[in-house]
Amino acid sequence: MDLTVGPNFFFWTAEAVRAFYRDLATAPVARVVLGELVCSKRLPFWQGEIPGAIETLLAAGKEVAVTSLALITLKRERKLTAELAGMGLPVEVNDLSALAHIPQGQPFWVGPLVNVYNEGTLRWLIRRGATRVCLPPELTLGSIAVLARLGREEGVPVEVWGHGRLPLAISGRCYHARLHDRMKDACQFVCGEDPDGRDVATLDGQPFLAVNGVQTLSQSTASMAHRVETLAEAGVASLRLSPQSQGFGRICAFYADRLAGRLTAPALEALLRPMVPGQRLSDGFPAGPSGAAWSGAMA
Amino acid sequence: MMELVCPAGTPAALRAAVEAGAHAVYCGFADETNARNFPGLNFSPEELAEGVAFAHARGAKVLVAINTFPRAGAEPVWHRALANAEAARADAVILADIGLLAHAAEHHPALRRHLSVQAAAANPDAINLYASAFGVRRVVLPRVLTVEEIAAINREIEVETEVFVFGGLCVMAEGRCSLSSYATGQSPNMNGVCSPASHVAYAEEGGDLAARLGGFTIHRTPKSAPAPYPTLCKGCFTSGDQTGHIFEDPVSLDATHLIPRLAKAGVRALKIEGRQRSRAYVAQVVRAFRAAVEAEASGHPLPESALARLTEGQAATAGAYAKTWR
Repeated sequence: MDLTVGPNFFFWTAEAVRAFYRDLATAPVARVVLGELVCSKRLPFWQGEIPGAIETLLAAGKEVAVTSLALITLKRERKLTAELAGMGLPVEVNDLSALAHIPQGQPFWVGPLVNVYNEGTLRWLIRRGATRVCLPPELTLGSIAVLARLGREEGVPVEVWGHGRLPLAISGRCYHARLHDRMKDACQFVCGEDPDGRDVATLDGQPFLAVNGVQTLSQSTASMAHRVETLAEAGVASLRLSPQSQGFGRICAFYADRLAGRLTAPALEALLRPMVPGQRLSDGFPAGPSGAAWSGAMA
Repeated sequence: MMELVCPAGTPAALRAAVEAGAHAVYCGFADETNARNFPGLNFSPEELAEGVAFAHARGAKVLVAINTFPRAGAEPVWHRALANAEAARADAVILADIGLLAHAAEHHPALRRHLSVQAAAANPDAINLYASAFGVRRVVLPRVLTVEEIAAINREIEVETEVFVFGGLCVMAEGRCSLSSYATGQSPNMNGVCSPASHVAYAEEGGDLAARLGGFTIHRTPKSAPAPYPTLCKGCFTSGDQTGHIFEDPVSLDATHLIPRLAKAGVRALKIEGRQRSRAYVAQVVRAFRAAVEAEASGHPLPESALARLTEGQAATAGAYAKTWR
């Protein structure tokens, strides 16, 4: 297995984006997906960084793809998606409508926000030109194994969620704006105040979710630290690491050490826990009983 | 006249909806193939065939929702549901999964295909893709769009659109939400359930009733007040110094007053949510909406008072149809 870095979910400053991808160029990851996934309103503030980041990453020998938005509704968002398809890099489709802009025969990747739950769907996407597929995080190990096997037969690498707050939902409504008593159209970009999302707890103080504009994430950071061998046996080709604002380069290195057998699962867990936002880990989606569950040590 | 598409969780509700004036009813099989996989609900293949015969005899259609995402390794369960729907002479199937759409287009070409709201096709590109790739004839639009956006979509597509006007309200893009499985392991996409009752626990604590889902507290209400069902996205939570309904208030959708604008926006069919509702409720709502679409079709003002009783005591919203909702 190798490592893929997914698109950054959060609204960071242009300087933070530049530093992030500069550091990532030296990280032990095979490929990077970048671009705006969550909210097209953010893009003007940092899109100037994208060409430089692509150049840096390609020069460092990484494969690079650009992501579509997760939810495309506006005309300018559709236009933006059409432009992505002409950039000369694979588009990672995270809203199926992006396919409308990718000519038959042009290779593309499928991201975790496209519903690939079964063989029929995976096969259809491969026929359409998918050359790499990251499965939705909520899939069970049984489903992952079936799809990874089919991917191998078809020569298309299948990837799973490896690290990061889980993308649980996307909405037309902006929860960051709502928390500030603003409407989406007058949000004043308050999501930028929370570089890893804004935590949401239950009335009993249980950490639960995190909001990131129109996106809802888990409060816990999912980690496949304890599942590496199982996923490798199932034929999974890559683990996806989802960016966080602090220490991400080191996190990539830790996972590379784990894949190479230089770190045990408990050792990786001990390293990760203090580094992730909110200091909580989860890995319940593949093996149950629920996404929030954690198979390792209790905090 | 716009078509009125009404819920039927049971054969009795199907008959009630047809008799109350539904142009079409939608229902599902009693298994994980449909997104209202609740205990005691839904149809066996035989019940469906009887229901279709009943509806057809009265000029109504039956649409069968097979709108969960087939489990890897278990696709034949969903394929059988398609074959059973066709054998029962259903007028259309409502599908969300690409693989299942491809299978239906190949193996059941004569069976009319509608795109479920669970596919969350939110723009003309997506809709045209489903139409050209799988021969989809109607799209149920996700509840993330304004009326203006719906009108714009209808100008760019050939297929029919259907929108929700009444009942439960998803605040997330449907079919793209795993909040429920994060808390409980059971999700709409995989299991056809959201915030399932099997994972709900109530506890009396210091004069409050706490409602928990998978161990997470969704809300607390004073014992004297009515406690809403703990649907995850309608829960009361805390973030920073704020406490409240961070995602959505415990409201339901009521777009009755928007019917004339939806008609003008080119919407073909209006959908009422509530396959889990009683047949008395279904009959009452269907009658009211039938009067409303007839009034709209003949240019008369809407008999809004007809619906007041149904939402009384429960807050209602026009949801994403109004831009301010976002």
